[in-house]
Amino acid sequence: MLSFTLKRIVQLIPVFIGATLLVYFLVFATPGNPIAALSGGKPMSPATEAALTAQYNLDKPFWVQYGLYLKNLVTLDLGTSFSGQEVRDLLARAFPVTARLAILALLIESVFGIIFGVIAGMRKGKLFDSTVLIASLLVIAVPTFVLGFLLQYVVGVKLEWAKPTVSGSATWGELILPALVLGLVSLAYVLRLTRTSIIENKTADYVRTATAKGLSRNRVVTVHILRNSLIPVVTYLGADLGALMGGAIVTEGIFNVPGVGHLLYQAIQKGETPTVVAVVGVLVIVFVIANLIVDMLYALLDPRIRYA
Amino acid sequence: MTQSATPKPLLEVKDLAITFSTPDGPVHAVRDANFTVMPGETVAIVGESGSGKSTSALAAIGLLAGNGKVSSGQILFDGEDIAQASEKRFVELRGNHIGMVPQDPMSNLNPVWKIGFQVKETLKANGLAGDNPNKRVAQVLADAGLPDPETRARQYPHEFSGGMRQRALIAIGLACRPRLLIADEPTSALDVTVQQQILDHLDTMTSELGTAVLLITHDLGLAAERAEKVVVMYKGRVVEYGPALEILRNPKHPYTQRLINSAPSLSAQRGDKHEAIVDEVIPGKAEPLLKVSNLTKVFDIRKGFGKKEKFTAVDNVSFEIPKGTTTAVVGESGSGKSTIAQMVLNLLDKTEGEIIFDGEQIGNLSEKHLFKYRRRVQPIFQDPYGSLDPMYSIFRTIEEPLRIHGIGNAASREKKVKELLDQVSMPASTMHRFPNELSGGQRQRIAIARALALQPEMIVCDEAVSALDVLVQAQVLELLDELQREMGLTYLFITHDLAVVRQIADNVCVMEHGKIVEQGTTDEIFDAPKSAYTRNLLAAIPGASLI
Repeated sequence: MLSFTLKRIVQLIPVFIGATLLVYFLVFATPGNPIAALSGGKPMSPATEAALTAQYNLDKPFWVQYGLYLKNLVTLDLGTSFSGQEVRDLLARAFPVTARLAILALLIESVFGIIFGVIAGMRKGKLFDSTVLIASLLVIAVPTFVLGFLLQYVVGVKLEWAKPTVSGSATWGELILPALVLGLVSLAYVLRLTRTSIIENKTADYVRTATAKGLSRNRVVTVHILRNSLIPVVTYLGADLGALMGGAIVTEGIFNVPGVGHLLYQAIQKGETPTVVAVVGVLVIVFVIANLIVDMLYALLDPRIRYA
Repeated sequence: MTQSATPKPLLEVKDLAITFSTPDGPVHAVRDANFTVMPGETVAIVGESGSGKSTSALAAIGLLAGNGKVSSGQILFDGEDIAQASEKRFVELRGNHIGMVPQDPMSNLNPVWKIGFQVKETLKANGLAGDNPNKRVAQVLADAGLPDPETRARQYPHEFSGGMRQRALIAIGLACRPRLLIADEPTSALDVTVQQQILDHLDTMTSELGTAVLLITHDLGLAAERAEKVVVMYKGRVVEYGPALEILRNPKHPYTQRLINSAPSLSAQRGDKHEAIVDEVIPGKAEPLLKVSNLTKVFDIRKGFGKKEKFTAVDNVSFEIPKGTTTAVVGESGSGKSTIAQMVLNLLDKTEGEIIFDGEQIGNLSEKHLFKYRRRVQPIFQDPYGSLDPMYSIFRTIEEPLRIHGIGNAASREKKVKELLDQVSMPASTMHRFPNELSGGQRQRIAIARALALQPEMIVCDEAVSALDVLVQAQVLELLDELQREMGLTYLFITHDLAVVRQIADNVCVMEHGKIVEQGTTDEIFDAPKSAYTRNLLAAIPGASLI
């Protein structure tokens, strides 16, 4: 297990380099001059423009730019944004907000998704099952920004149960509503996955044997059906954590959350390579680590899986 | 076998009828079933799949599948009618009053919990865990014949062999000392020698505890050997019921008679019909079609931390198959017999030795030659559910090899498929159906038709009839026999079932731990087995000594 973990952590290095290289190149190849955009389209003296271009290393060839970026990265210098702020500081401010948002969303989708999924699976074909299935299909089919605005309007504006937008400090409480929107689609998937898995497992031979041993219905469900059914669900949840962190752009936009998605969106618009690459780099690391955790949870849930 | 002076039945099934509701309307799985189990007595229910034998027994422990219902009749357990009992009442009864040992040891233990945990929860649920549950668990496992029970209790099911798992399941079934044990084909998934040990052990345990056993089996020989009374079920009805030996020696119902005649363990050797062709091909004179010499296969097994261990699955094996004859390779699981089949089919590379087919070395064939070889040697596998593509129609399944090998045009291929279906006694209309619409025996016929499509010279049957009921098995064996006579086919027949060997094979190789321990003609092996291992295998065939 230890050597497996170490191996996976070492694998992070090529994955990280590959991903940042790709993103760096994509931003590099994007048409348009970021320096010109910086001045808001107003004319700029050639001397100023040349100085700015040199300051951000934009006059050098691609490989040199990327090499310089990597060199600075070793000293934890992520570069500066066009507005002169350290990218490190920008990230330090935005990342915890998005992390809180994603964790809340993950909690909501796993708790409700699994509970509803188990009930639906155990009562296949009954009213609860059908209702939940139709509702989940609706959630999957309707785009997030529609759901987001709808919930913002109903819960935030009409009912006034929660603040419709998030303040600069983005506290846990303020993030519940955005997290619900962010996690809702995944919740529907978790629910359906759990339901299918439960239906598959509840007719397994060992479940019948467990019943024949004289166990109560509740024990059979929680001890023998649930654990076995969670294996595919955990895989999905792990992969989803990465997607939640990176995919929060729309939700963060709706609720005005000062998170990573917000930061990334602005940076892409400005062609601000250091910020884009830094954000994507962090997301890649989150993705890989989430997958590593999933693999470990997998071994924990299913003793037949052993990593060498 | 303790019986009181005034015997009162422990389980009494009266006019039992069980119905399953399906989208196509109700299916009557069991009708008018009547039988009785006395305390401490063993009663066997015999029948083929779908006869209602398992359904009847499962109704007695309240484990009918969701759409199944006792539609009329009574199930009296110790005088109490439990046919319509509530789930709550069944939870009370299960475990400490009625126990169960299920059929397939591979799928009946939860793979994610330790063995000890699964035993312990049984004891706890029935309030028998006591002050030191772990000690109780070890005791229960030891009683079921598992050595070193403390260590075993800490292991997971996948670390157990099939026999050990079945012992664990027996431990669970008997942990709470039930008065009635339902044993649903408890050993059908195991090798014969293991089967014998397990059944012996079960006998000893149940007679010590005074437990009555309701044994469900498809094997009449086994039923007669283990039970005092036999209930024969056919299409949901009890067709015969009485003392075991009496039914075996003097079957009254035609179905029972057929069952006895086709049970391989009870019938005689290969039919006389076959003699003709064997005489034509005198071994020794004819050039062997397949010659295997010094064949060895070594697998690398990963041991973790980059270490590897060598495992010799097939060890220096040599045999020959004369053209037009059948050679059976017999052995228990893990003896290496299927590995040989895979090497002969060139699905697996050999480590050492030679496989010569019709004078040509197999193993270093070029792509083109291999393609030709594939046409001449075809396989039939064990599981007709797994070996046919569920998304392919029967026509497409049988036609595919013809198309791959570029034989004929669309019209001639269709004609050929019809012919092939006819050869395996299936109507031409089957063409447009899909595997899931066919029974196991029918699917195996399709697999045979597919194998025959390319007019091969040799067919490798890897446990080709093991998954089938006795009657169906007998029909398929007969079909293979006929095809051999008509087309002069050569069979390499891999099986764990010595009884089947006697029906089909001319020559036999007995394998143990990758080596051939004995080989000879079928009569030699059966009448005068030389090695102790072969004698053990023969002695373990259930019911062999009864007729």
